[in-house]
Order: sequence, then structure tokens, then C-alpha cells
Amino acid sequence: MEFPRGSGKDAAMPEKDPDIQKIKELIKIMKDNELVTIEIQHGEDRIALERAHPQQPIATGGPVLAAVPGVIASGALSEAQAGAATSASAAAAAEGTVQIKSPMVGTFYEAPSPDSDAYVEIGSHVDPQTIVCIIEAMKVMNEIKAEVSGTITEKLVKNGQAVEYGQPLFKVKPE
Amino acid sequence: MLSRVLIANRGEIALRIIRACHELGIETVAVYSEADRDAPYVRLASEAVCIGPADCSESYLNIPRIISAAEITNVDAIHPGYGFLAENVNFAGICRDCGITFIGPPVEAMRLLGDKVQARKLAKKAKVPIVPGSEDSVPDETEALKLANQIGYPIIIKAVAGGGGRGMRVVHNDISLRAAFNAARTEAEAAFGDGSVYMEKFVVEPRHVEVQVMADQEGNALHFYERDCSIQRRHQKMIEESPCPVLEEKDRQRLAEAALRLIKEANYVNAATVEFLLDKDKKFYFIEVNTRIQVEHPVTEMVTGQDLIKWQLRIASGHTIRIRQKNIKHQGVAIECRINAEDPANNFAPCPGTITQYIAPGGPGVRVDTHIHQGSTIGTHYDSLIAKLIVHQKTRAEAIATMRRALQEFVIRPIKTTIPACLEILSHNLFVKGKVDTGFVERNF
Repeated sequence: MEFPRGSGKDAAMPEKDPDIQKIKELIKIMKDNELVTIEIQHGEDRIALERAHPQQPIATGGPVLAAVPGVIASGALSEAQAGAATSASAAAAAEGTVQIKSPMVGTFYEAPSPDSDAYVEIGSHVDPQTIVCIIEAMKVMNEIKAEVSGTITEKLVKNGQAVEYGQPLFKVKPE
Repeated sequence: MLSRVLIANRGEIALRIIRACHELGIETVAVYSEADRDAPYVRLASEAVCIGPADCSESYLNIPRIISAAEITNVDAIHPGYGFLAENVNFAGICRDCGITFIGPPVEAMRLLGDKVQARKLAKKAKVPIVPGSEDSVPDETEALKLANQIGYPIIIKAVAGGGGRGMRVVHNDISLRAAFNAARTEAEAAFGDGSVYMEKFVVEPRHVEVQVMADQEGNALHFYERDCSIQRRHQKMIEESPCPVLEEKDRQRLAEAALRLIKEANYVNAATVEFLLDKDKKFYFIEVNTRIQVEHPVTEMVTGQDLIKWQLRIASGHTIRIRQKNIKHQGVAIECRINAEDPANNFAPCPGTITQYIAPGGPGVRVDTHIHQGSTIGTHYDSLIAKLIVHQKTRAEAIATMRRALQEFVIRPIKTTIPACLEILSHNLFVKGKVDTGFVERNF
């Protein structure tokens, strides 16, 4: 993620820059919900913020970071970790949805075979036994069940994407 | 050279392996449990994959998840570190079957040397002295009684599939033999899934001296001299040093050559440590081989100037040994103290907690291998080893002085650590004189 354009050289942040506004809003969400880390991915953009623990010294670096206490860009994480579990769960809880998370490490497939329809779409109703996807691990195709009743509101990973343990796969509005 | 390695471990050894890989231009994949999600070393790896919750059985010991992580990140090889799956024959076999290089010995060598009874037979074949004992595992109490009297008390009962000091009982007479035999078997079954035990003469007040070796795929092998690990508590090493302070040059030579003979007899490849007991008369007896890199490998790195993890990576890449034994030189004295999150004043009870102040020692001759930092939270899921403090100086007296100084500088608060215990040992006149054995700690502290 690039730092907000134009603010890299400035010690003070321009109020009107939309990216800065976004960061400020995120910081407010974090404070209000007592979150310590938050990561948001939107297309190719990704931002990660980390708030200091009350007893710890704040780590800062560079002019932009110094202007906003507690902002630490974490750029070393790979694409495979796009859906950070902790913070996204809190954000999801705020909007009244729950997440279906991966119970294993492997490759995510949305359909039983390349030419079939996806198991679920946005708007699909699921109950605990509904198969929502396949995760392939060590050549074994594992059918993953929803384990919740509700409606799919969002698909969080792409077909063929590598997923790790605990990675959020779908958002569900529970009933 | 390998291009991408998955580290199937955590903590200080995972960081150690990441460092060596990066210096060789090898990409790394760190696997981590939810408890280690925020560990900074995880972010140093080229990629990281969460493999499960904190519990080891669901993460660091979970073979399907680790192999899956290796597949989705497309690695050439897996380095198992020490502990966890490092000496798991099943895991090494699965890696091989999945076309992933296991950075360690071939499956057959690991299996052979992992069976303590077979290892003893191999040692005998390689003309390496062994502790007098049973040829095979001891089948029942009657045999145990017979053997114990043949060997002569005191004897020690040990697990065939064992290691790490578990499934062991020392017996001094016929009266206690039956109970000890059964207790050892039960413990061995629980710890290793195999209740078979064997018997050896118990060497009284031995020193524990081990030899570091490295072998390539063409049968070439080198030794990197010995380490003395006599400072132990309940079979767990606390302090290690090189060279062994009581061995003369010719005995050191004989010890190293015996280790090499055994390794070659087993068609071993990669790093191993051959462990011996040294009795009061400086006679040595083979006890076991550790078919992995060890916790105390930095001691050897300091006195030889060799990077053992890089050696492992090169051997696993198929490189052969192209230097001679005489090119491995031993200089000075190195000592390592293991720092555990345990309270020595409270029977070494584990001390979990968050480290709010951390200041590592420094200065000439000091090396610290650790994954912890200010803000680290030490949990209860894993080993209590949090740091290794290693010093290297020209003489043993200087090394002891540097170690004392470094331990005193080392701040890890507010949790309790074994730093005070290490300081006490280093100040004890018997340690300073080099007159210790494996019972020293338990007798004096």
C-alpha cells in the first residue's frame, strides 16, 4: 500500500486529503471498538493500522507516521493474508454479520468442479450443513460446511486462492 | 541452491533459519499458530501462513496443515528446526513422498538412529564404545532382574524410542527394580507411543560430551569438535561450552573420530550430534545420536566460525563437502546459557507473562539468539526457552567473566527467568575449575 499521496513529505497532514480522512475514520473506528490492529483490503489497496497498547511505547518511523501517533504500516504481509481475522471480525460484528473461516490450510474452490456453478452466491441461504466451498489440501478435496444459518452477504476470497487456517471466506448475515 | 524453504517451527530457531536463508538468497515461508501471529520474526519471512490455533497438535505438530502450507506456497524444502517434527520419521517420509526436500537426514538413517537399541548395535559395529547394557529391549521383569545383575548395579532403564531425558529410571538394587521397570515402560508409552525399554550400566557422575558432525550425500563427513553439556537439571541442558574443559587433545581427536565412524556407518546426511558420556577416568561411551540441529549449535558456531544452518541448507541443496577436516579450526572458548521463562526460586515453575522491559547484553564476544522483544507475551503453550546467551573469548576464564557480565546486563522484566540460576552456577568454584558432572546442578542447587 502506498502512503497517502502527497503527504509523504509533509510533517502536518492536510485536512482535506481524502486518504487522510479515511485513515482518521479508521482510527476512530479502532478507538470506538477498542481494536488494536485493523487491516482493510479494497481491490489492490491495502492498509494496516496498529494502535499502541496502553503500557507500551509507540513505535513510529518517518514523517507521515510521526504525524499520526500509533500508525504503523505493515507491508511485509503477503497477498495470501489479505483477510486478517482479528480486526475484520470486529468490523463484521459491528455490521451484524458473522464470518465463515477456513478450518484448514489449502486452496479455495467455489464450485465442486471447474464447469459447475458455485456452491453459493451472494444472497444464497445457508444452514449449518450447507456446503459452501471446497478447500483442497494435499490432493484431498474437503467440503466445507457453513455451520451457521443465514444469508451469504459477501465472498471474501477468490476461486483458486491459497488460504490459511482461520482465514475468513464468507460473510453471513445470521438469522 | 534451494530457492524457497518453509520453516516448520517457531521462536528463536525459526528466526535463526530465516536469517541463514535470507543471507543465502533463499526465500522463506514461516508457518505460525494463532498464538504467534504477532511475533515480529513471522513478518521477516518472505511469506507467512497461519496453520492453526495455539495448541501444538493443531499447529506445529499438525503434518497435514504444514504440508498443505508447503504446497500452497510452492517451497522446495522444509526445515524442521529442533523439537516438534524434527525427528519424526513419519513426517520426513511424507515430505519425501510429496517431493519436498526434508532438511535433515534420509528417512532410513533417521529411523535407524532414532531407535536407541539399533543405534547401540550400529555403534558396536563401528567400533564405537558403548555403555555396557542389554543387546535388545528388555521384554519383562524377569529378564530385567537377570540383566541388571549381569551388568551390575547401578543401572539405568531407558526408552527405546526415547529422548529428551524422559522414560528413564536409575535403579540401585533388586528391590526397586520391578517398580522402576514398570514406571519407565508406562512413561515411555505415554511420551513416545512405544513402551519398549532397554538397560545400561549407570555411569556414575559422568560428563555429557557431544560431537557436532555434518555429512553429505556422497558419504563425506566432517566434525566440528565437541561440546560439554554437563550442566543439566532433570536431563534438560542449562549451560553448554566448547571445548570440553577436561579432555586432552588426543582424547578429543579419538572422540571426534568415533562420532564420524558412527555417522558414516549409518549413511547419514546433514547435521547430527553424537552424544557420549565421559566417566571419571576419561573413558567415553556412546549413548545416542540426535538427528537434527540442536539448541546449542551456536556454541560450535562461535568456536569454529562456521554457520551450521547454512551448512544444512547447502547439503540439502545437494552440495558436497569440498573442504578438509583440517580446515575446520577450533579457536578459544564459547559458553552458552539457556534463558528460560522459569522461576528458579520456585522449583523452576514456568512464568508466563508479558515482557514490559527488555534490554539485551552486548559488547565484544556476546551473541544473543532470541525471538523475544519488549512487549512479547510468553504463553504456556510452548517450551519455556526464550533466549540463548552465547559468549566467545580466547580463554575459559575470560569467557566466564564475559558471561557473568552479560547475564548481569540482561534485563527481562517483570517475568522471572533462569538468569539468576545461571549466575549462581557460573560463580560456583567447581564450575570455574571445570570439575562438574551431570549431577552437579541437582546436588548443589
